[in-house]
Amino acid sequence: MAHGFKEHATWSPYENNGGTCVAIAGSDYCIVAADTRLSLGYSILTRGHSKLFKLSDTAVMASSGFQADVRTLQKNLEARQKGYYHQHGKPMSCPAMAQLLSNTLYYKRFFPYYSFNVLGGLDTEGKGCVYTYDAVGSYERTGYSTQGSGAELIMPILDNQLKSASPLLYPPRETATPLTEQEALEIVKDTFASATERQIYTGDGLEIVVINKDGIHKEYLDLKKD
Amino acid sequence: MEHTIEAFKREESLGARHSGAAAASDGKIHIERTQYPYVTGSSVLGIKYKDGILLAADMAASYGSTKRYKSFQRLKPVGKHAVIGASGEMSDFQQISTMLDELTLRDQMWDDSNTLGPHEIHSYLNRIMYQRRNKFDPLWNNIILGGVKNGKKYLGVVSMIGVHFEDDHVATGFGQHLARPELRKQWRADMTLEEGVRLLEKCLLVLYYRDRSSINKYQIAKVTEEGVTISSPFAIETNWELEAFQNPTKNAEGSW
Repeated sequence: MAHGFKEHATWSPYENNGGTCVAIAGSDYCIVAADTRLSLGYSILTRGHSKLFKLSDTAVMASSGFQADVRTLQKNLEARQKGYYHQHGKPMSCPAMAQLLSNTLYYKRFFPYYSFNVLGGLDTEGKGCVYTYDAVGSYERTGYSTQGSGAELIMPILDNQLKSASPLLYPPRETATPLTEQEALEIVKDTFASATERQIYTGDGLEIVVINKDGIHKEYLDLKKD
Repeated sequence: MEHTIEAFKREESLGARHSGAAAASDGKIHIERTQYPYVTGSSVLGIKYKDGILLAADMAASYGSTKRYKSFQRLKPVGKHAVIGASGEMSDFQQISTMLDELTLRDQMWDDSNTLGPHEIHSYLNRIMYQRRNKFDPLWNNIILGGVKNGKKYLGVVSMIGVHFEDDHVATGFGQHLARPELRKQWRADMTLEEGVRLLEKCLLVLYYRDRSSINKYQIAKVTEEGVTISSPFAIETNWELEAFQNPTKNAEGSW
């Protein structure tokens, strides 16, 4: 025997619990949305699980992927946010939270949080902002983004329908959408309905959060449960 | 883990159990920490009903394919407001049970007329499971925790890698596949105790017919505002004359 250790399949510290997240920035609002299905393989664990997390009045995070890592990440950021607020006497701005999220993710570069995030909110000038991330913290500010199981299905629709400036332009133009809040909301609802049709991990319910100068407004709609 | 004297001595002398890593004869480090379960319990079911929570589990603990223990209690009260049920490695469940008893005892010793509610206990349990997963040394269990405090009902699950959620009805193991669809169809928020028990018994029966590691000996735990009660063991009437069980291989290809 070469090394004398029995070979057998080992367990994995990760699993993918699915779900899709979307965020869209407008001139003075931001929409963050995610479905509410939690999955494991071909099973549905629960139909009513929220993937949205309010970090402050101007920053809401949506995350999909491995739920235990997502929850831990949320708790981590929430604790840091509270500490910042008590130390500085004001809540963290969305751009500051964006940098913190990136650093937090990279901190675990060699045992990552299996979490695919979009962060949406209002920047320091009150304009809508969206930040999109990979699992190890690489991020950019953009006008709209999706992450998670249904991202490949939804992103092309947003590219086509949001009438934003092309990200390929030089000099770069802002890619926030010129559409109104209502128009953008309709697109969000339509894209989730479409992704639900073709994707097994997306469905059950849709939670939408709209952030603007009047605060945070939450909405919920049913999605197909099959 | 290798079951030879040589491997056992090697692990022992290098303190492998502590560090989780062993230097093998070729000098390389092999992480041996990851386990597989030995003595296992099968499904646990949980539902909310009008007055509180009901949990159900059979009393079997298997050693591979042997039904080694047939009076193993897989449901345990936690403090005054909650009950926990576990599937998976039963020794890990016993350790978790001890940890939760220590938690609730310490809570009680504060003597400040405040007790940990089911949500808080579940949160603590989630962190334990996740932290062990981070160390690549999981507690090999799928756990349901249910409770009632101040009129609010709580029913949550946590897996061995820390995935957790709440719902109106939950199940572990085979229950997730066989019982959950029935629960989704029949569950209502205003079920009486009798209706809840009947629904659980229906699911337990399906599991007995179709899960080979289950036995026909169950306990049901009830949690209400008044407290926790765990029933004495009972059996459910089976019917093996059902048409589905006659000539089971009639239409199966290649069987005789």
